[in-house]
Amino acid sequence: MKRLFTLTAVAVVFGCGCAQAQYTDGTIKIGVMNDMSGTYADLSGQGSVIAARMAVEDFGAAAKGMKVEIVGADHQNKPDVGSNVVRTWIDVDKVDVIVDVPTSSVALAVNEIVRDKNKVFLVSGAAASDLTGPKCTPNTIHWTYDTWALANGTGKAIVKTGGDTWFFLTADYAFGHALERDTAAVVEKNGGKVLGKVRHPFPGTDFSSFLLQAQASKAKIIGLANAGSDTINSIKQASEFGITSGGQNLAALLAFITDVHALGLQTAQGLIMTEAWYWDLNDANREFTKKFAPQDKGVHPTMVHAGVYSAVTHYLKAVEALKSDADGKAVVAKMKEMPTDDKLFGKGVVRADGRKIHPMYLFEVKKPSESKAPWDYYKLRATIPADEAFRPLAEGGCPLVKS
Amino acid sequence: MFELFGISSQALFGQLLIGLINGSFYALLSLGLAVIFGMLNIINFSHGAQYMLGAFTAYFLLQYAGLGYWWAIFLAPIVVGITGIIIERLFLQWLYKLDHLYGLLLTFGLALIFEGTFRNFFGSSGLPYSVPPALQGGRNLGFMFLPNYRGWVVVFSLAVCLTTWFVIERTKLGSYLRAATENPTLVRAFGINVPRMITLTYGFGVALAALAGVMAAPIYNVSPQMGANLIIVVFAVVVIGGMGSIMGAIVTGFGLGLIEGLTKVFFPEASNTVIFIIMAIVLLIRPAGLFGRSA
Repeated sequence: MKRLFTLTAVAVVFGCGCAQAQYTDGTIKIGVMNDMSGTYADLSGQGSVIAARMAVEDFGAAAKGMKVEIVGADHQNKPDVGSNVVRTWIDVDKVDVIVDVPTSSVALAVNEIVRDKNKVFLVSGAAASDLTGPKCTPNTIHWTYDTWALANGTGKAIVKTGGDTWFFLTADYAFGHALERDTAAVVEKNGGKVLGKVRHPFPGTDFSSFLLQAQASKAKIIGLANAGSDTINSIKQASEFGITSGGQNLAALLAFITDVHALGLQTAQGLIMTEAWYWDLNDANREFTKKFAPQDKGVHPTMVHAGVYSAVTHYLKAVEALKSDADGKAVVAKMKEMPTDDKLFGKGVVRADGRKIHPMYLFEVKKPSESKAPWDYYKLRATIPADEAFRPLAEGGCPLVKS
Repeated sequence: MFELFGISSQALFGQLLIGLINGSFYALLSLGLAVIFGMLNIINFSHGAQYMLGAFTAYFLLQYAGLGYWWAIFLAPIVVGITGIIIERLFLQWLYKLDHLYGLLLTFGLALIFEGTFRNFFGSSGLPYSVPPALQGGRNLGFMFLPNYRGWVVVFSLAVCLTTWFVIERTKLGSYLRAATENPTLVRAFGINVPRMITLTYGFGVALAALAGVMAAPIYNVSPQMGANLIIVVFAVVVIGGMGSIMGAIVTGFGLGLIEGLTKVFFPEASNTVIFIIMAIVLLIRPAGLFGRSA
């Protein structure tokens, strides 16, 4: 009953016509699919299309004689809708690479289709670490972050500062389950204990009932294994029901700057979160944000948007080097072989299991008095170096990794 | 304290109270739907969007006019109610003679337009709206911590629901209304302006949705899809209560809130579906709904 609209196509310039036509049907076609109308629309949505377009422009595709076209679509957080879009894109519209795809249940479905059709899948929005674990494929790269990295950042930091008993409030689908599993493992490994969990339907609106159950567990930390407006409403209602003033603390295991913006600093202050990218971290990021925000109604880019930019940049480099976009496996192999380097994520690598490696950052949300300007929300607590930020290659159970 | 199925009575009372709070939103929204369907025979699918408009109006009043919650709870229903009247005059009045389906499609389309427009301008994460100072904080009831604001929601919506029921079922004005839906021609013959009465009824039903929106604003973030998430459940409530039955909508609204609250304790994964399971069972046994008059 909802709408499905394939969004505007943004064509970027024509080559000089003299370049050899190595690309399938003469065009490199990038499909950005995500939630454009629901709970994750601000953290991914149109912003990801904008980020992809900026990547193509900055790469100078036109000057290099590459014709690149970007299309966008709304998967409504439904695996069946997402699968249909991707099949149509690949079979009918000749899309070469699928980008972003938040909502892990959708991403896992797309993961299989892209492998069968031998195209390329660059994940920025989805979180489930299974994408580079048991479900890894030679066609998929998981770019920005994953549930293991979040657990490793936020979970570890909290257990080490005394938050050693946990109760999970989990979104009842692939992403929530993965985040809960990975965080519980980190908590237990660091000497903490998981006292219980409750799984709420996705997307939810009223969390008070679940929060009361969390309260009754007497756990020191209530781990929110959800995202988007689910996290926003959980945090808001926890403060309403006096849970935080009663001595229990919330751990927002996945939160984006757009969530903090929606909550307001008054409610969000003090939250600790792990992110791969923050707009105010350095000059390059600020410069990118200055160009990005006006195009997305003032919304400052999230790590998902930055990840789309970085992933598309690296993809174009690999395709340029190969002079072909026809064989998805070959393109991904090239992407793994070349070191990554772009202005937002700096230098990095893509591992054999498809995991992109870069540092992660542990942020704390500022107090209202500390914030100097709109969107000035985070202070850096710690940098997690690249070699510690992600799950060790051998532990993921990815069949592509030879043991 | 005793235990029931491994859950302490404390926790149980807490969950029942929360169910009641959620139920008051269901009741308030399904009441508006029932009034509109009962009097106009229109299945108002834009009800969720109008609830969202109520919340946004409260936000605008605070942001741009400096008028707080108490003004909003009075002004927002009037403002949104007037937009409802405009919609009725422009579109709905031409549809009464046609099949229900036309009204449903029109209002569904309007809901998509409203939601899409607001999403375009305000994004999907929503905007913060805080609890009015007089209702901040809460009290410890022994078995749970009750935020004052939630207590207010239950009391106020119960009062609104019962007043509405009383006006429609027990006053002269209400009897005119009911007569006008039964036989408009005859009622017009008595010198009563039936079209105007119908217009105002739609405006009133929409105002109820907006009122629920204002009450929801401090609890949930004010976001464009807040109504879409709720409207399907509310329709189920109306169907279970019996299409068009005022008392049915109120009782079922609160009742289903309670049942949903209990499901969240015993089998949280099913809390989204339990209402629809009940709907299916009720439709099998009493197709006209629990309080409906069978056609």
